[in-house]
Amino acid sequence: MIKSRLLAPPGVSLRWTAVWRRNWLVWRRLAIPSILGNLADPLIMLFGLGYGLGAMIGNLQGASYFAFLAAGFVATSSMYAATFESLFSAYSRMQVQRTWEGIVNAPMTLDDVLTGEWAWAASKALAAGGCMLIVVAALGYADVLSAISALPVVLLLGLAFSGLGLSINALANGYDFFSYYMTLVLTPMMMLSGVFFPIEQMPGAVQAAAKALPLYHGVAIVRPLLAGESAPGLALHAGVLAAYAILGFYAAAVLTRRRLLK
Amino acid sequence: MSAPASSLVARGLRKSFGPLEVVAGVNLEVESGECFGLLGPNGAGKTTTLKLCLGLIEPDAGEMVLLGEPVPQRAREARRRVGVVPQFDNLDPDFTVAENLLVYGRYFGMRAHAIAARVPELLEFAGLAGRGDAKINTLSGGMKRRLTLARALVNDPQIVFMDEPTTGLDPQARHLIWERLRRLTQQGKTLVLTTHFMEEAERLCNRLAIMDHGRIITEGSPRALIAAHIEPQVVEVHGNGFEAWMEEARSLCPRVERAGDTVFCYTGEVEPILRNLSGKSDLTYLHRRASLEDVFLKLTGRDLRD
Repeated sequence: MIKSRLLAPPGVSLRWTAVWRRNWLVWRRLAIPSILGNLADPLIMLFGLGYGLGAMIGNLQGASYFAFLAAGFVATSSMYAATFESLFSAYSRMQVQRTWEGIVNAPMTLDDVLTGEWAWAASKALAAGGCMLIVVAALGYADVLSAISALPVVLLLGLAFSGLGLSINALANGYDFFSYYMTLVLTPMMMLSGVFFPIEQMPGAVQAAAKALPLYHGVAIVRPLLAGESAPGLALHAGVLAAYAILGFYAAAVLTRRRLLK
Repeated sequence: MSAPASSLVARGLRKSFGPLEVVAGVNLEVESGECFGLLGPNGAGKTTTLKLCLGLIEPDAGEMVLLGEPVPQRAREARRRVGVVPQFDNLDPDFTVAENLLVYGRYFGMRAHAIAARVPELLEFAGLAGRGDAKINTLSGGMKRRLTLARALVNDPQIVFMDEPTTGLDPQARHLIWERLRRLTQQGKTLVLTTHFMEEAERLCNRLAIMDHGRIITEGSPRALIAAHIEPQVVEVHGNGFEAWMEEARSLCPRVERAGDTVFCYTGEVEPILRNLSGKSDLTYLHRRASLEDVFLKLTGRDLRD
């Protein structure tokens, strides 16, 4: 493939909505079990650790440990929803069911397919993070307006992790490949991003590394927002997330073209 | 807009995957309204040629024009008027029969009501009338293939590309697909199909090209190819004494070939061979007219291609 075409920025057309709507039509029927499945895991963790550990820890940074953890889990659930969709589900459609192959036989391009998948995975992240926000607000750990103000951050996190996930998807040779990414990248990221504990207590080098991670920047915005405060450094945090989203999606476009169009 | 005389023109098409040149200088011209067959053993480069013509992969060299649009530059515009039946079924298992048509129509930018209006006709074509709500995994292989064909017609295309449309189907299912494809040519649609069933090519195609090692070795109508490349009669002989008889056959017949424990005699004058064989109890034979398969085997050889 000609190098300039391989590296060209993704072509933008509204055709991607047909891909988004295809995925929506599938999901619509499975929506309730899917949402419950997405919510169950973080909620069990949140209640177990939030109340269990929270009883020993008491307050953290001037709020209950439950509230501290809840903010972290809003961001984390967005990360995992985007990741699962852009890894396992996208791989099924790309490789196993050959859905993408069918789509590009129509007047659709691979860029349209990827844009649709990117937007779709981010939409699922928005739904997952949104459900967490509803639970957190219903329990009284955030007021409704604060919860709503966190939604754009949840979406931005979704776009960042969908872009990364689609890049990994383009390199995958099977479902097993994804467990490396999940256990070697996402799990440590969760530990380093201030989800369970503030990172200020860690060595300087670790803190510096944490500040390169997208989840860290998501948590850094969501936590003050849910507490009803303005988020310090909002522009920087949002900028890092946006950069991850854009570069991640660009990498996904180049890697997927290399895989499928060569 | 009047349709151009040629639906598809490809000149000097080349494509390599790593060190392997899969398509090595292919020239093709498909006239509007004809059924054109691309034949070749596995790995001959048929599927890659189709993908290049559709603008799905980029050629290393060559020029293509599909329905008047240069490919790959304006492949998307060309594909608005093209239908594709891929080699492997990729129907959406999460959807019903009708939803598969609906969702696919959207990829062409069609409105829901415009697609819905076409669905009954497409289901009838697929032999699936009344089965619109059936799940894909309840369909037989033949039904899936017909639905894939109907899906390729959702946009009422001018040309339909089919990659091995009947591979893996039983004879009943295959005959039904053939009947449907003839209906399409009667409607004036142009068909381009790849196959390695010679019978299929012989029945359906006005014109065909035999491809091997990335090149087109010959092309023409099935009849013309048989006339040009092979003697009109074939006698296949096997049995215990076939090796000894093979020497005798050489004096009776211009071309004698052996494959395993069968001798193939290709000839224009079959009487002397049949007379010679009539008294030999240790040999069994079959006399038939030469077919496209004989041409194919002569040109591409009898070696296995895996």
